Amino acid sequence: MTVMMTAAERAASKDNLIGFTMPITALLGAILGVLAGKAVGLGLPIGVLTGAVVGAVFAFVLARYFPRKLGRWFAVLTLGLVGFLTGSFGGFVAGAIAGAAIGWCAYWLFTGEYRKGVPPYATTGQVLWHNGFRLICGLIFFFLIAPILTVIPLSFNAQDFFTFTPEMLALDPAGYSLKHYEDFLTNSDWLRPLKNSLIIAPFATMISVSLGTLAAIGLSQSHVPFRQAIMAIMISPMIVPLIISATGMFFFYSQMGLWMESTFGISQSLSGYIKVILAHAALGIPFVIITVTATLVGFDQSLTRAAANMGANPTTTFFRVQMPLILPGVISGGLFAFITSFDEVVVVLFVGAAAQKTLPWQMFTGLREQISPTILAVATILVVISIGLLTTVELLRRRSERLRGMSPG
Amino acid sequence: MKLTKTLLATSYLTLTATMAVSDGHMASEMTIVSWGGAYTASQQAAYHDPYMENTGIAIINDDSSSEGIAKMRAMNEAGNITWDLVDLEAADAIRACDEGLALEIDHDADLAAAPDGTSASEDFGDMIVSECFIPQIVFSTTFGYRTDMLADGAVAPKGACDVFDLETYPGRRGLNRQPIANMEWALLCDGVAYEDVYDILETEQGQEQAFAMLDTIKSETIWWSSAAESIQLLADGEVFMASSYNGRLFAAIVEQDQPFGMAWNWQMFDLDGWVVPAGLSEERLARTMDFLNFATDTQRLADQAKYISYGPARASSAPLVGKHATLGIDMAPHMPTDPNNAENTFVNNYEWWADYRDDLDAKFQAWLAQ
Amino acid sequence: MTDTSTQPSGPVLAADGTPLKRSLNRALRRQKIRALMLIAPLLLFILITFIWPIAQMLFRSVENQIVSDVLPSTVASLADWDGAEGTTPGDETFYALTQDLMAAVVRKDHTRLGSRLNYETTGISSLFRKSGRKVDDMGEVYTDQFVGLDDAWEDPATWVALMADLRWVAAQSEWDGEGDEPAFRLNADAANALPKTAAAYQTFATTIQIEDNDSPTEEEPWNTVYLALYADLSADASTQVDGAQSELIATAAAEVGSFETEDLRASFVDIDEDWDTHDTWSTIKTYSPDLTNGYFLNAVDLQKTPDGSEWRPENEQIYIELFWRTLLMSFAITASCILLGYPVAWLLANLPMRSANILMILVLLPFWTSLLVRTSAWKVLLQDQGVINSLLVWIGVIADDNRLALINNATGTIIAMTHILLPFMILPLYSVMKTIPPTYLRAAKSLGATNWTAFWRVYFPQSVPGIGAGSILVFILAIGYYITPEIVGGTKGVFISNRIAYHISSSLNWGLAAALGSILLALVLLFYWLYDKIVGIDNVKLGG
Repeated sequence: MTVMMTAAERAASKDNLIGFTMPITALLGAILGVLAGKAVGLGLPIGVLTGAVVGAVFAFVLARYFPRKLGRWFAVLTLGLVGFLTGSFGGFVAGAIAGAAIGWCAYWLFTGEYRKGVPPYATTGQVLWHNGFRLICGLIFFFLIAPILTVIPLSFNAQDFFTFTPEMLALDPAGYSLKHYEDFLTNSDWLRPLKNSLIIAPFATMISVSLGTLAAIGLSQSHVPFRQAIMAIMISPMIVPLIISATGMFFFYSQMGLWMESTFGISQSLSGYIKVILAHAALGIPFVIITVTATLVGFDQSLTRAAANMGANPTTTFFRVQMPLILPGVISGGLFAFITSFDEVVVVLFVGAAAQKTLPWQMFTGLREQISPTILAVATILVVISIGLLTTVELLRRRSERLRGMSPG
Repeated sequence: MKLTKTLLATSYLTLTATMAVSDGHMASEMTIVSWGGAYTASQQAAYHDPYMENTGIAIINDDSSSEGIAKMRAMNEAGNITWDLVDLEAADAIRACDEGLALEIDHDADLAAAPDGTSASEDFGDMIVSECFIPQIVFSTTFGYRTDMLADGAVAPKGACDVFDLETYPGRRGLNRQPIANMEWALLCDGVAYEDVYDILETEQGQEQAFAMLDTIKSETIWWSSAAESIQLLADGEVFMASSYNGRLFAAIVEQDQPFGMAWNWQMFDLDGWVVPAGLSEERLARTMDFLNFATDTQRLADQAKYISYGPARASSAPLVGKHATLGIDMAPHMPTDPNNAENTFVNNYEWWADYRDDLDAKFQAWLAQ
Repeated sequence: MTDTSTQPSGPVLAADGTPLKRSLNRALRRQKIRALMLIAPLLLFILITFIWPIAQMLFRSVENQIVSDVLPSTVASLADWDGAEGTTPGDETFYALTQDLMAAVVRKDHTRLGSRLNYETTGISSLFRKSGRKVDDMGEVYTDQFVGLDDAWEDPATWVALMADLRWVAAQSEWDGEGDEPAFRLNADAANALPKTAAAYQTFATTIQIEDNDSPTEEEPWNTVYLALYADLSADASTQVDGAQSELIATAAAEVGSFETEDLRASFVDIDEDWDTHDTWSTIKTYSPDLTNGYFLNAVDLQKTPDGSEWRPENEQIYIELFWRTLLMSFAITASCILLGYPVAWLLANLPMRSANILMILVLLPFWTSLLVRTSAWKVLLQDQGVINSLLVWIGVIADDNRLALINNATGTIIAMTHILLPFMILPLYSVMKTIPPTYLRAAKSLGATNWTAFWRVYFPQSVPGIGAGSILVFILAIGYYITPEIVGGTKGVFISNRIAYHISSSLNWGLAAALGSILLALVLLFYWLYDKIVGIDNVKLGG
């Protein structure tokens, strides 16, 4: 990622070191110093002053005497050591983070990397706006993942509450424990819902995807009577407030369950699964319809005509021509349908019985009746799995692009 | 590539389908509804686990007792009873019985006699407040407070009336989002004599008086709707004082080492027990009754008290109550009935509440929403 | 259009000789049918398993059969009462109430009716429950006196002989005890001679057969049957019946004049004074029809009165305010989603694919984390002693005793819901922005536009469909949410959905819940329709 600098730029940045890089790094140091001063109990002025001095000195030393990589490690380790001397392990972590921030900032400013995204002729104001905008976006991204960042450490809580204990804040190992993970993996109150979720969500997804894709293709044809009305009906599960849907479905599916049990002689448990699967399938359908319809808008209908011209029957046309082209839309609709079922709690509470309780059900009653970080442990595991999945998908995409000889975007 | 995918997908589907179907054929399952948390855990240890081991029947817990009546009524109306046994408070049990949602029980025929031969109805005595109700435990709604949030030199709060004393004990309060107990305490702490509380609460002016008293702390109150929430509020230091069930407070203080104290004065005694939903098939009813017979015998009720500090409902169980199962401490001093805790107690008038619950709930919710 | 082929200058023909127009029409029809066949399975599925159940649910908002089902003769007799202020119905109504209530208590219906009427006038629930417990004593004074006259009155057989149809008696004696006993049938002569007694006995017999699986041949009738007999005989002392019981009846008819009587009205008022109030009876009368608009009136803070509707008392008006609050907060949430989502979507759309996809993971990640967990995480972050407040206190921005109230109010709901719905704004925005060529912006700038003008006049208008799609999605989802407001909203940050949920799962007032739900649904559909008119629903895209 190193930016190649011309000789002129290098010269300019040397001039910039004292007038630009050092003051701004000192400012960052001062801000960090406020926090450090608070933590150690030095008082505000001393914290600010020390921080500013440390920032300026590091900026100078790093820029002058260290290559980038080594310099960063130097900053991290030095400040980490200082932190360790004042506040043991927790101090070390805090110091190391501060070191990383100062090191990064110093090089980012010094090498002129901060101008990377803007054209060379941009004014200072434009550069400031460019970086300010990125900072704002960064904060919004932080807002997006803040709850997840909260959940992960709490899931290692040694206590049975959703509270950051003083031990946890001091990074004392005694404040952390794996017991909630152990509870999840050994407790049948959690394993059964996990199994149920893994049964219900895929089946519901399959039903919504197959019915939804067919209907979306039908809707995309040019002369469909009552198109708007049909569309509205199919989108309705997303529009109708869940609590109303859930109550309505409760009475309907109770009747249907009794009917299935008496007509086909199936057990109450099996009919329970069928009820929840059908109810969730209905909830997932709007997502499939929306995404597949959107893909079909860009679909060139002459392709199907061409296929028909060449003698393919409609089924072959569908599977060999249309399907591969709209597959991304179908998959993304399927993912939404899956997550809808996997994260749905209101309808399953009404339609399902305890034998079909899913993970969200168990979490919901858990939050209500026995607030336990096991719920957070489950959430953390799910987050890790979804990060894994999303990353795999991205890596696969890059690989296929490489194979197809396309340059990665 | 394609083949592997198809194979994988097919095998997943077959697998889950078989799992679902085989589940369906595992006929011997029963769904027992209770309160969740420490309470369900005590039931699990004292009777669910031994029963499952003895009979091979799988017990599924459904922690839905807090909306037990509503769900029983919905199930009853839809004709689709998925619950086999429900744990309810006495007042709710009376209501369920009145509405025909619960089955009437012949206590002597259906339940085990005491070891000395005393019949079940005699052993439970007054606790049988309704023909549908099989008592399990005596519990109390009482107060917990943060010992570390107490101002220096202040006297620790003693009980319900300290909740209304914002001067001595500033800070937020956590109260249950329902009229039961709150209305009685409000009147009691406003100077109404214990014997007159329900007579006064029956009148329009009495209700206004209670709401006026609650108004004095309304802005400082966070309303909880589940027991776990009340304890969480205390644990987070969100409130200084909160009403909760004595067993939950016990679990937090003794098992979780939380810095809480208990204020027992005017604790509200209440009963909790089983009801059998009306409309079970014969086979399921027989299974439920068999479980009930086991789970409410003298030894099982005494065992439960090893895990949570609620008093067993059978007279014959009381002498068998011993020490905590894992901590080995004596349970007796933590029971609501212990003389040290029971200086002033308030006995919940279940029947009065069965009659007036609808009326006061409506008024209370309207008051809250204002 | 027939036989056009013979005309030399006829319309254009298709290859098979049919007129092109018809051929095209046929092809079009075939295409339509094919499209409809593709749509049909899903359409049927949604109609049957979703639309129909919801319609049924919403029908509860006007359904009100319970009053006439539980108190049939009371409702009939109330028709004679004019409901004038300050009056209560006549003794005839109290007689009907006694009869109805007795059967209702055995069927355990009276508590449900009490709860139903309690939604309208608080106090009626306890009134019915209390009265239900005492109603079986009413009329006992007559039972005692009839039995005092002749022990035969105590014998179920006497009553069967007097009341039952002979064919039923025959069927009953042939019944082998397996399955249900044949349903009781009344003897037409008895019904003519003793109309009230016959009606009361019929109710008694049918009720015990269904509810308790008891047989009229073995059970002594309820006190209310004796009460009815007294009413019949005292109304017409010359009553006669044929058969074995004629003498019994004749004796009783001669004696009833000297019977000690019970004032039913006094007995009811003795149980609870509310029976003597106009309010109670007027509520029963107002809600006696099988369909009612009462729930809808309640849902907009009105109440139903005998002469139309009027506002509820000031302190009971909550729903209109709640609807307002729901709308305003949904707007606020949508606005903050636009504010936060727009820059992020812009960044994603303008970064190279590699970096954009990695950042996209950050957007999707919350989406894949359970809603419940995210909401509880916000609770941990926002509460009084929570992470944000503690951090601010620690830094010294706010004082320890002056912590920000970020939760259990509207602020908490808006923050948490904005977070939860933000991906629904970013994804459609992103997919629209992806399609805007960056060259436009450059072209505008090279023509001399400032950055701001280029953005505002060129880029922004093209991204409006994305804003529209995201907004409608966020707004519609927000307006119906209830779990998140429930957890973080306290009492001031909850939505109308929370009230609906409360009525469904706590107060059991499904009728009101359905009425509130219908209004909410109408609002949502209105916004959906507006959106469809302005932007078009086809323009909603999620990702890609």
